[in-house]
Amino acid sequence: MTPTTTAPTPAGARTRTSVGERIVEIVSDSGEGAQKAGQTFGTVCAKLGNGVWTVEIIPAEIKPPARSRAGASGIRVRFASREVTNRGERADLVVAFNEQVLYGRIDSGAYGPGTVVLLESKWAEDPQEEIRALYAEALADLRRLGLEVFELPMERACLEVVPDARVGKNMFVVGMLCEIFGRDLDKALEEVATVFRRKGEKVVASNQELLRRGAAFAAEQVPFAWEVPAHAIEGERLVMNGNQALGLGILAAGIETVAMYPITPATSVSHYLGRALPAVGGFLHQAEDEIAAIGFAIGASWAGKTAATITSGPGLALKTEFLGLAVMAEVPLVLIDVQRGGPSTGLPTKVEQGDLLAALYGATGDAPKIVIAPATIEECFHFVVLARRLAEEFRGPVVVLTDANLATGVAPIPRPKLDPTWFAPPLDQGPWPEGVAPYDWDLATGLSPRAIPGQRGGEYVLTGLAHTRNAKVAYDPRSNQEGCEMRSRKLAALATTLVPPVPHGADSGELLVVGWGSTLGAIEEAVDDLRREGRSVASLHLRFLSPLEPGLAEIFARFEKVMTVEINYSDAPDLPGIGPENRRRAQLALLLRERLLVDVDCWSAVRGQPFGPGEIAEAVRARLGAASSDRRGAA
Amino acid sequence: MFGLPADWSLEVPERYFTLESYDGGVARWCPGCGDFAVLSAVQRICRDEQIPPEKLAMISGIGCSSRFPHYMHAYGFHGLHGRALPVACGVKARRPDLHVWVTTGDGDCCSIGAGHWLHAARYNMDMVVMVFDNSIYGLTKKQTSPTTPLGVGTNTHPDGAFLPPLDVAQTTLGFPNVSFVARTVDWNPLHLAATLEAAYRHKGTSFVHILQRCPTYTPNVFDELRQNPDHTLLLTHPDGVAADEAVRRMYKNQLEHDPSDYGGAHRLADRREKLAIGLLYRNPSAPRLDSFSIRGLDLTREQRTAALERELDRFAV
Repeated sequence: MTPTTTAPTPAGARTRTSVGERIVEIVSDSGEGAQKAGQTFGTVCAKLGNGVWTVEIIPAEIKPPARSRAGASGIRVRFASREVTNRGERADLVVAFNEQVLYGRIDSGAYGPGTVVLLESKWAEDPQEEIRALYAEALADLRRLGLEVFELPMERACLEVVPDARVGKNMFVVGMLCEIFGRDLDKALEEVATVFRRKGEKVVASNQELLRRGAAFAAEQVPFAWEVPAHAIEGERLVMNGNQALGLGILAAGIETVAMYPITPATSVSHYLGRALPAVGGFLHQAEDEIAAIGFAIGASWAGKTAATITSGPGLALKTEFLGLAVMAEVPLVLIDVQRGGPSTGLPTKVEQGDLLAALYGATGDAPKIVIAPATIEECFHFVVLARRLAEEFRGPVVVLTDANLATGVAPIPRPKLDPTWFAPPLDQGPWPEGVAPYDWDLATGLSPRAIPGQRGGEYVLTGLAHTRNAKVAYDPRSNQEGCEMRSRKLAALATTLVPPVPHGADSGELLVVGWGSTLGAIEEAVDDLRREGRSVASLHLRFLSPLEPGLAEIFARFEKVMTVEINYSDAPDLPGIGPENRRRAQLALLLRERLLVDVDCWSAVRGQPFGPGEIAEAVRARLGAASSDRRGAA
Repeated sequence: MFGLPADWSLEVPERYFTLESYDGGVARWCPGCGDFAVLSAVQRICRDEQIPPEKLAMISGIGCSSRFPHYMHAYGFHGLHGRALPVACGVKARRPDLHVWVTTGDGDCCSIGAGHWLHAARYNMDMVVMVFDNSIYGLTKKQTSPTTPLGVGTNTHPDGAFLPPLDVAQTTLGFPNVSFVARTVDWNPLHLAATLEAAYRHKGTSFVHILQRCPTYTPNVFDELRQNPDHTLLLTHPDGVAADEAVRRMYKNQLEHDPSDYGGAHRLADRREKLAIGLLYRNPSAPRLDSFSIRGLDLTREQRTAALERELDRFAV
């Protein structure tokens, strides 16, 4: 885990301390460019061979009032001498443009004793007495909490280069960070040129100058320096966030039509596709609403190549009826749900894994569908490719569940080697074989070939009504039963092609932590830490939620206790009035209990934050303690 | 022969389609339902135009009229209540070769699917949208629809609706970028067929408001119109619906209305005086979303792959 923080060396005696990883945050009011600064610095680190994970800190409002406690906008960059898969725990270093935004971060546990804060000092001389007072008060609070604060006149230094510090501070900070971490300044200057290329030479030159000034400023004013050595990486790397990876996955899958309606945090996929999809010959449709978006995608899929629709919680709710139709009428479709906090409008910009059961069971009647969840940014790319193929082979919708954590997390991933089989095959417009029904269900698998409009002899009427294999509306006692069986059988058939997942850490032991989606990195890091403590813990991460991967019962049987770790709501077992019979459990736990008849426990929270490994380890320790005492009691 | 290459003169159509080619089985609407007339008219146009059945995409929502695709031999999509238009737009987006016909009703289009109604008009993709207006919910058994006239008792409003109805054609005319609005009646098969023919020929979204009898729930709502042709105003124009001599003889009230006259269309759509039938408005130069959505269809696999590699390059470090 995080190596012990070296106390900053006093000014004048700067020695560079080598550490395995560092967590840096840049926090500011909205609109001060902190995110761009963090992404630029993160990219430089990735280029130099560090593992990197960046997390955006996003206020819910577009422009919250300046210097507001809840309005913190910014970014966290965790980088290390190894792969980084999650946000980590407390920040080591924070650059803050005002003192008020720090409060919100402290409340969410991002900083603690030992966190070094480089704080803009201009507020100490603000003409308004009230601001001066708030600044002094905050300074005292921060120091009382054990944070190490250095007050620095960053803005004044920027004003020597640009007339408005708001548009220059961020690159100045990148320069400071480069100096503090001994980054090759040329690499950073190159990156600045790339970032600002579109804005013209003048802007590039000015930002490069700010970067140089920032580096010089830090050399003079910051009394400590760190080094996070690179690790050996093989092959070419791409740096992107999970939503960009989804977008690229859509391109690589040969999905030509994407229909969406703006919704946070899914929309940035379409921001990417708005330019990139036409570049590869496709079409992005911004529909009039969520329902129209899925209807459009279903229409496009039915008429040819599998289309995709992208949404988030409230949008999934609206799309439910159409999703049921895609199941019933067996229309291939890729539905991507970038989950956010719920229920209802919930937490639009924050992470949650709360849509699992809605995706599985949201539709009326029995609507079996494939549900998969990528666990990393790299998987966001590959799972879309997989989803398109599954949608076509199993003739129905495939729901891809990601979340706000993956959506905004940025990390380097290996460059995918494009495979020609990823692309959707050309449209089949040959004649439809005579005598083959539109739903020519194979009794063993439920699978059937699909006629595409334009295929002579394949004419049929798709209907959401109960129908026979000839696509004829049928209300007789047998037909609906048969249709339901056939659609359900497809999931069973898919499950037979899957291989059992492999536990991380150990094959057997006292406790197995089961997770899904974006929590992979944090869970595995927690398990590694716990195992170093000598705890008998392992983890298992599921990518297929419907159908479930096979072999789970056998794996679970090798552990004394199984618990899920999920970012969705469950009643903690010790809450007043909660007992084993009425305890409402986390969503995957519910699913596993139902499917496997194993007493699967859970630990979950809905704080709108991705889990760090520390809190997971703590939760596991608590459960292990309970499990151990139970055993003692039984003995 | 006559200086033409010999094989030209020998060319016979490989396939010839008759009315039966489009017959999807016995239609099961109530006897006397106006939908039968529309079905015959559409099948006749398909035959006249020799559209291969596999190139037809008949899209509908839910309701009596939305059963339409089941009675055609064609590719059909009988989807969700109110959602025919988004599906039809998705179909057309990347399949310019398909002939898209949408069947929807006054409840399907003007109530539950009203949002899509406006936007489909605005997208103006090439398709025919037939709005079957029988002024009632039929399939669910006689509930008030947005077009139910005042004074008509229904199961949800036994003493009649509280509010006056909307008119399909008049409302459609108010939508931005609308390019074709016509009105016709099921009891005049010649005018019905001529109107649908004009709609089919128009490149863009052609809305056809069809007053259609429901013999079961609203048998009398159109009585006045049917019994006294003087309540009807026949719109004529060389650019409009080609009115047959028999049609002209039936209606003594006629008006030459230039379908490019948008203001005039609005005035004529108002039903308080007379029911204007024919082409109310047409704008052949309204932009069409499908002219954008088809972009890139011609890219080769190699071009796509190269473009994709360039996309990956953008993220390289």
